[in-house]
Amino acid sequence: MQPIVNAAPLSPWEPNIFSMTLYGVMVTALIAVLLFISSWLGQKKPSPEKLRVYESGIIPTGTARLRYPVPFYLVAIFFLIFDVEGAFIFSWAIACENLGWSGWFQITFFIFVLVLGLVYIWVKGGLEWGPQAKS
Amino acid sequence: MVTWIAGMLMLTVKLSLVLGVLLFLAAYLVWAERKFLGRLQVRYGPNRAGKFGLLQPIADSIKMITKEDIVPTAADPVLFMLAPAVVAITALLMFAVVPFGPAVVLWGREIPMVITDINVGLLYVFALSSLGVYGVALGGWASNSKFALLGGIRGAAQMISYELSLGLSLVPVVMMARSFSLVDIVAAQADYPFIIFQPVAFIIFFISAVAESKRIPFDLPEAENELGAGFHMEYSGMRFGLFFIGEYVHMQVFGALLAVFFLGGWHGPLLPPVIWLLIKIIVISLFMIWMRGTLPRLRYDQLMTFGWKVLIPAALVNIVVTGAFILI
Repeated sequence: MQPIVNAAPLSPWEPNIFSMTLYGVMVTALIAVLLFISSWLGQKKPSPEKLRVYESGIIPTGTARLRYPVPFYLVAIFFLIFDVEGAFIFSWAIACENLGWSGWFQITFFIFVLVLGLVYIWVKGGLEWGPQAKS
Repeated sequence: MVTWIAGMLMLTVKLSLVLGVLLFLAAYLVWAERKFLGRLQVRYGPNRAGKFGLLQPIADSIKMITKEDIVPTAADPVLFMLAPAVVAITALLMFAVVPFGPAVVLWGREIPMVITDINVGLLYVFALSSLGVYGVALGGWASNSKFALLGGIRGAAQMISYELSLGLSLVPVVMMARSFSLVDIVAAQADYPFIIFQPVAFIIFFISAVAESKRIPFDLPEAENELGAGFHMEYSGMRFGLFFIGEYVHMQVFGALLAVFFLGGWHGPLLPPVIWLLIKIIVISLFMIWMRGTLPRLRYDQLMTFGWKVLIPAALVNIVVTGAFILI
């Protein structure tokens, strides 16, 4: 991986952070203009039926700020664990040739432990969806 | 100072061109999807506005801009407005690291054919693709509708699950190119595209990319026959349009990334580099549309099972095997 070159940070001739920032500003401005134009040109005739939440024509009962099912929460936690591990694997991947076989054995052991974790949540039923079988 | 202003002008023109082509292609991908899908289902598709319905995208955009912008009284107004903007902005920003050709010399100055060549380009793509989850989850939550909420949390769980296999499938590419920069990854494929050495990674990345852009067979967040329209059910007018732009720009960006990581990016014989990249993007997008016409929707447990029990272990094994092959 090459080091960061900071010779001309504001030069528009280089593919640097400056041109990315300008692109970001242009994208944001474009979206803002689109939203503004539509709120300016669009008609405004509110009525209770329009402003009510659509639930197939039935008048909604209660709020929609419901409690989430637990499996979604579990998925979020598994994601956090595996994403951090992914970051470790990426940092090995970039230097994999310099680290040689010792690096390979270490990352293989690491991935083996990771797979053990995956097998554990698999066996424990953390990846199961739908109705659980009553024992 | 004069060269700086000239460079600034050039840069503005270049960025406007990139943005214009992205949005133009997004608009006509919608047309292509409706036309192609119509043909697959033995009907005509749009054919009233202009020859072959070619003016349909223009008619659609005028309609979306002039439609009433409804915010339900129960919704959270700030988040309700932000969510579609997040989806569209992250999708458009992702294209910033995609190289679309070798540097071009114009009037004695070299103009790089990439918006930005940061040395962590690949991680930047992942960061933005993670941020895109917020658009879906917040859009579903802010609407204060039960269908939209279900679509939003389904979308969030699906996108973060497939992001893991998306990331892990690219580790072998980084190992072979020895760089996170997309420009270097394309340069490393000057002789052979990586798909020859990494067919497994290519398949995992492609499936995960389809799941990330929430298209059939992975369109659980907006499953029409169970959730109405899922997370964007309460949206109308331009805000709905932004979700739409986001989805189709996402499709193109993943087409471009697939080309950059596995199909040799802009490398190709005879035609100019930019045309090659465009051809690859359009072919991949048409393939995704074809999949939509062919495959049924998965069940939610099948979707999660496939992501966690098939794709992630396969990607991990692929990393270890590739590492051994590179060191031999």
